Amino acid sequence: MTPAATVAAAATNGPGFLSPTGVEIAFLLVGLATFGAALVTVTTKQLVHAALWLVVALGGIAVEYLLLTAEFIAWVQVLIYLGSVIVLLLFGLMLTKAPIGRSPDADSGNRWIALGVAVVAAASLVWVVVDAFRTTWIDLDGPVQGSTKVSGEILFQHWVLPFEALSVLLLAALIGAIVLSRRNDPADARDKGKR
Amino acid sequence: MHLAYPAVLAALLFCTGLYGVLARRNAILVLMSVELMLNAVNLNLVAFDVWLRDTLHAGQALTLFTIAIAAAEIGIGLAIVLMVYRNRGTSDVDRLRDTAEGHEPDPNTTGGSTADTTSTARPEVAA
Repeated sequence: MTPAATVAAAATNGPGFLSPTGVEIAFLLVGLATFGAALVTVTTKQLVHAALWLVVALGGIAVEYLLLTAEFIAWVQVLIYLGSVIVLLLFGLMLTKAPIGRSPDADSGNRWIALGVAVVAAASLVWVVVDAFRTTWIDLDGPVQGSTKVSGEILFQHWVLPFEALSVLLLAALIGAIVLSRRNDPADARDKGKR
Repeated sequence: MHLAYPAVLAALLFCTGLYGVLARRNAILVLMSVELMLNAVNLNLVAFDVWLRDTLHAGQALTLFTIAIAAAEIGIGLAIVLMVYRNRGTSDVDRLRDTAEGHEPDPNTTGGSTADTTSTARPEVAA
């Protein structure tokens, strides 16, 4: 360890950036893979490939949750995002007859403005976050904070009312999706027969 | 673990999703980018919850709620996109300009039942 890193480690309550732990190295590698998959998701010309790269990105985030000792959320992420949201998105792509091959008009004309906005936002956010939390250390040792037991206890002891409100919201969303996607209109059916 | 790692990763993922929302043309790809932004927020919530060692675990509870709300959002969003596709024959957000001010309806989008100048939400009802 260099003297500067020693001083930095002595100044904070954690080691410096020059001597990463194994968890940090794993987090960094999985984070790079996740970020790369996210970049491919938003830039690829093939629509179905975008959905499949999104699987990689969301799975990488699940691994990051595991590395942050939030086990229950990691498995919820795998179940809900990888299991249902991606399938819904693929169904949506197929039902809107998305082209299978490369579609040259996947990006709109304001791509360069969007790139500018995203780069400026990324630079400012990363600068602020690094400046604020450069010396903050997460202590991952000790009792696991995100196990199923802990999550169940806090969810059903302190967060029962939001949990129930959320179930009402899910019911409303279910009914809304059914109402929106149902075709009950005779004019609609006539038009469809005509087409 | 340094808190900077998950925070920086979340910021980068959020901006990737921001680029996707602004630059993509297909409505379903826009929804995918929104999912990326929501996941970045979730990663932040979990990281700060683990750092603060909150006894209520508010970060993890809110992450679970966000995941459920994102599932509801994607269901409603896809239902809306499918309905727009059925009525207009396209899921291209650049062509849905009926409520925009100062834009004439695009004459190129006459496929199916699209682009009548009356700008009703359901063109076949008006027909």
